Amino acid sequence: MILRFQVNATDVELDVLPMARLLDVLREDLRLTGSKEGCGEGECGACTVLIDGRAVNSCLVPVFQVAGAKVETVEGLASGLHGHERLHPVQAAFLEHGAAQCGICTPGFLVAAAELLAHTPHPTRLEVREALAGNLCRCTGYQKIVDAVANALGRQGS
Amino acid sequence: MSRTAQLKSTAAVLEPRTLNEALEMRARAPDAMPLAGGTDVMVSLEAGVIDPPRFLNLWRLDALRKIEDTPAGGVRIGALCTYTSLGRSDLVLRHASVLIEAARTVGATQIQNRGTLGGNIVNASPAGDTLPVLLALDAVFELSSAERGARLVAAADFFLGYRQTALLPDELLIAIHLPARNADDHTHYRKVGTRLAQAISKVVLGARLRVVDGQVVEARIAWGSVGPVPMRSPSVEAALLGVPIDVDAEAKVAQDIRPIDDIRSTADYRQRVAENVLRSFLRSVVQTRS
Repeated sequence: MILRFQVNATDVELDVLPMARLLDVLREDLRLTGSKEGCGEGECGACTVLIDGRAVNSCLVPVFQVAGAKVETVEGLASGLHGHERLHPVQAAFLEHGAAQCGICTPGFLVAAAELLAHTPHPTRLEVREALAGNLCRCTGYQKIVDAVANALGRQGS
Repeated sequence: MSRTAQLKSTAAVLEPRTLNEALEMRARAPDAMPLAGGTDVMVSLEAGVIDPPRFLNLWRLDALRKIEDTPAGGVRIGALCTYTSLGRSDLVLRHASVLIEAARTVGATQIQNRGTLGGNIVNASPAGDTLPVLLALDAVFELSSAERGARLVAAADFFLGYRQTALLPDELLIAIHLPARNADDHTHYRKVGTRLAQAISKVVLGARLRVVDGQVVEARIAWGSVGPVPMRSPSVEAALLGVPIDVDAEAKVAQDIRPIDDIRSTADYRQRVAENVLRSFLRSVVQTRS
């Protein structure tokens, strides 16, 4: 089928099998390899992307269901032209707090955190932990990740 | 685990634009598997557990996303409501806050944004997190077909056997009806899993006790993950009825449940924990009232 949708504010038109996983289409057809496959069954969150602003596991989305939708991946978080990117605040906070170790889980965490911060600019640590509960880090670097997200837009509250 | 997009399921997709179209397609194409948010279907498809020749896409049927009051004073929840949308509904909060508690324990945000209440019901996993709550609330399921129209089936009559339900091959689950909330009701949800988020349950308790003048006049105790289907607990309910709250009713639990050893837990652990979570709930009701 011919499928039209938006990825990171760019219109795309692709010939796909309707039941292909959104994750595979992003990685293989569009070469957006920032979204990772960890478990392939919705447990680990490494493939998290936003569909119309909501965090989802792209390994569990048949691609035909994003027809006409706006998909945002980790590649779309920073703004500005290549070589002159301005990091998303949560990306800058991850750097500042040392919140990445091996890095495989990082894109999923960044996207899930971006959804949280869009609705809740100054989340409590509990809100951060709830919003990131669907993302697993097997280096177990959770404290620094929570620190980074809780402080990404300036510290307020606990 | 290398794979490419073009080598996965070649299944076709039927795309109804209205509920009536969906029901007609359901009748004409019984081999087309209904598909909503995909959080169960995509896992089974990837694992090779299912391989249907085509799917019936329900995700665009916005008519099934409504949450509305019913004339009987209850609430009618469209089958396509996601766990996230349940949590954001003032109507659901007012009528059935315990259902929101359950919805918030399904997976985590990414799953709650896609998974639907209707999907949890028709998938009919014995570990379905919302199912014991729906049993405890006396939920009624609205099933519809093109030929016969709508019919209502009580949650207690819906789950027939392991992943078998009363849904007929030409029917779709349209909505979930919850009766009016009673001011004397104490409701409770408890899920025991390996961790708080993302865990498939080892034991789930959904409960509702209506207590008038210190006596239990209505008892609903329902379990998940301790038998082939989500199930009511008739011996416990009978023991609680018509008497002051008896915190020793846990002794009856073993008569009602049929737990097994599996990858998540053991039968012994499940029975012990079921008894404990029931006692904990009964004590909390006693304390609330004293």
